[in-house]
Amino acid sequence: MSTASVAELLARSAAAWCPGAAGVTSAVRLSGGASQETWSFDIMHPDGAIGAILRRAPSGYGAAPGRAAGLDAEAVLMQLAHDAGVPSPKVLHVLKPDDDLGTGFIMQRVAGETIPRKILRDDEFAGARPKLARQCGEILAGIHGLSAASLPQLRRMNAAAEIAELQREIDGFGWPRPVFQLALRWLRGNDPGPSERVTLVHGDFRHGNLIVGPDGVRAVLDWELAHLGDPMEDLGWICVNSWRFGVIDKPVGGFGTYEELFAGYEAASGIAVDAQRVKFWEVMGTLRWGVMCVGMMQRFRLGPDHSMERAMIGRRSSETEIDLLRLLAPRG
Amino acid sequence: MQDEPRPDELVKAVAEFLRNDIAPQISGHAAFKLRVAINALDLVTRQLTLAGDSDAAELHGLTMLLGVHGTLDGLNQDLADRIAQGDVDLTTPGVKEHLWQTTLAKLAVDQPNYGSYKRELEPK
Repeated sequence: MSTASVAELLARSAAAWCPGAAGVTSAVRLSGGASQETWSFDIMHPDGAIGAILRRAPSGYGAAPGRAAGLDAEAVLMQLAHDAGVPSPKVLHVLKPDDDLGTGFIMQRVAGETIPRKILRDDEFAGARPKLARQCGEILAGIHGLSAASLPQLRRMNAAAEIAELQREIDGFGWPRPVFQLALRWLRGNDPGPSERVTLVHGDFRHGNLIVGPDGVRAVLDWELAHLGDPMEDLGWICVNSWRFGVIDKPVGGFGTYEELFAGYEAASGIAVDAQRVKFWEVMGTLRWGVMCVGMMQRFRLGPDHSMERAMIGRRSSETEIDLLRLLAPRG
Repeated sequence: MQDEPRPDELVKAVAEFLRNDIAPQISGHAAFKLRVAINALDLVTRQLTLAGDSDAAELHGLTMLLGVHGTLDGLNQDLADRIAQGDVDLTTPGVKEHLWQTTLAKLAVDQPNYGSYKRELEPK
């Protein structure tokens, strides 16, 4: 689909749900976001342009098979989070068949930065960086506190099911992975058992999915992997070394400490963090990211999306192997 | 026998052309994709340069560790299976050292600038 036709379709769509909309300008496909298409555009309006983002599934292409919550569920979750005071873009429109844009939704464009290296290194964010870990804890407390009754239908996961799923995927690679097998053994031996608390889990709370401004986190994006499960999973995932982007001594996203993350979470939720569970989920998350990297490579080979980016992400699986060894078999 | 230049020399020359002559002229999504492309070519150059030696070392390590002969793929599968079954673990002599050595060799090709890798190369 060409850029021009997406802009035309967006203009036609906006006219139907945005009173006063007078066309669409600056439609551009954004880089990043490997599994779904993201477009930025402005809706022309007498009261001033409205910055908007389209998120849609390209036709004929499934996201993470079996794991994705679905774009409709994502739209609902984003709106719930927004209404509960979690920094989130407002959902403007959920795509309908008449829009002829595939499946997905349109949301408010939130100004700020998602590129990790900029957030971690640019002067603009120097004031925000020391606050981010605590803020992430507070935001996760808000997400985990969303009322279960209001949530859309979501997968329910626990550690044992996750381990079994990873085992199946790794055994299906047809490529030997001794370090992954070592990690699976460790996870089996250290599974803390089902969590007493089961909540909404964002599932992909990390750099790239957080819009940050000089004032801190402005929006949480990408609910594609949302599910029900152990809330400590989200705290472990943001500590996975791959999301530290080189600042490896600051475990939370390369900007903060475990203590700051936990303090923010506990202050906002009144619920104690189980640090051992978080560690367990950090190991699980590291392995999970390694498996996702291999999955990208397989989809590069088999799928319709035969892109270099996917192929190259396959070569990132070894980064998780060194991180697993650093976690499970540190050298003296 | 194929003539010179070697594949690694050719790939490196192409990567340098793209990096020095083309990248400055490109912007937006195409620039992002071009960076990925250049990274891929650099990776291929590293593999062509390094993997011969590291594969030989890995095969030797696996043969010593498992006490059997085989292909690199076959012996790695054997090691993975033994770890999965619990017959081999980190207390097995030589296993930890072997896994570290092979993993470091992968990183040297895949991502020599990865933070954990650079940290592990520092003198202790």
